[in-house]
Amino acid sequence: MSFWTNERIEDAVLICEDLCKSYPGLNKPVLDRFCCQIPKGKIIGLLGPNGCGKSTLIKLITGLLVADRGEIYIDGKRRSEKTNALISYLPERTYFNNWMRVEELLTFFAEFYEDFDMALARKMLGELQIDTNAKLKALSKGTKEKVQLVLVMARKAKLYLLDEPIAGVDPAARDYILQTIIGNYNPEATVIITTHLIYDIEPILDEFLFMGFGGKVMLSGVADEVRNEKGKSLDELFRECFRYTPSADSFGR
Amino acid sequence: MPWKFNSHEAVFLQIASRLRGEILRGKYQPDQQIPPVRQLAFEAAVNPNTMQKALTVLEEEGLLYSRGTVGRFVTTDRSVLALCGERVRREAVHRLVEEAFELGITKEELLRYIQEEGGVEDEKAAGDPAADGGNA
Repeated sequence: MSFWTNERIEDAVLICEDLCKSYPGLNKPVLDRFCCQIPKGKIIGLLGPNGCGKSTLIKLITGLLVADRGEIYIDGKRRSEKTNALISYLPERTYFNNWMRVEELLTFFAEFYEDFDMALARKMLGELQIDTNAKLKALSKGTKEKVQLVLVMARKAKLYLLDEPIAGVDPAARDYILQTIIGNYNPEATVIITTHLIYDIEPILDEFLFMGFGGKVMLSGVADEVRNEKGKSLDELFRECFRYTPSADSFGR
Repeated sequence: MPWKFNSHEAVFLQIASRLRGEILRGKYQPDQQIPPVRQLAFEAAVNPNTMQKALTVLEEEGLLYSRGTVGRFVTTDRSVLALCGERVRREAVHRLVEEAFELGITKEELLRYIQEEGGVEDEKAAGDPAADGGNA
């Protein structure tokens, strides 16, 4: 299993060592000595309840946040501004300027990222029937998310970090997004997807990691193997792993 | 359209039974090449490694064989197809009978229901592609 081996795996695209992160105003650290090793060429689900530190981890990897302690290596190199070029990141929220047109965003991405595949982006926008002349502020929340995902997936990156890629879009677009991830599957690249919509995402995963509070690894492994061994879907295992038990008192009397 | 899966059975086994059904129904004819792993994975919206595993199951059953790097083909061995078809049909009937007994339906009642149902004879579900010529 790739997440918890003590020995370094050879083809790791991402290594996290003893990552710690606390926020002021929170008693407990969001990440407490989090370690993982993620190999190349895999689609990986980073799955956990709200507030367990998934997005914090992603932001540490992208350099948007700085860890209190610990090291991150990307494709064998210590995390830096340079390694950012290897990462294609889909944030939880869209960050585009509302006054821009989709067309302008395309140009922006093409200028900013050497690995941006304009033809692929146009093809995907066409398949999703998105008007590239539209201004972003005229687009619905879901459509903006689709545009953003297209831009992120149209890069030829080593590591894709998709933070909640399917949460805000309709089921048909969800299917399209999952197929896009599969269709762009490249043996050299790894895709890390955070989500709590496990049922939707689980067929496309190679491996998964259940993250509990403090970034604790509750369960991880190869999706097919764990499903076979336990005779349950990841969705069911997740519900068991993170069950909240309401007490009768909480409903008043 | 991505394929739908239930949550009690391993996904690769569910894929294998779906593809097995398609082969037995003649969607893919003996000696016909099936689409490459990546394309099937894309259509189903499943991980390519999961698709690979499902195809390995069908290879082990002898329904598919691979020609080196060219790809995978449906077996030309009619006895393998016939045997596999027989197994799938028996399993289907077995499930039906089990469910009926769980509902407290007696054997006689079940037979009567099947006769009343009619129309079943018209559908050659899971038939031998060699016998009915297939409908690909």
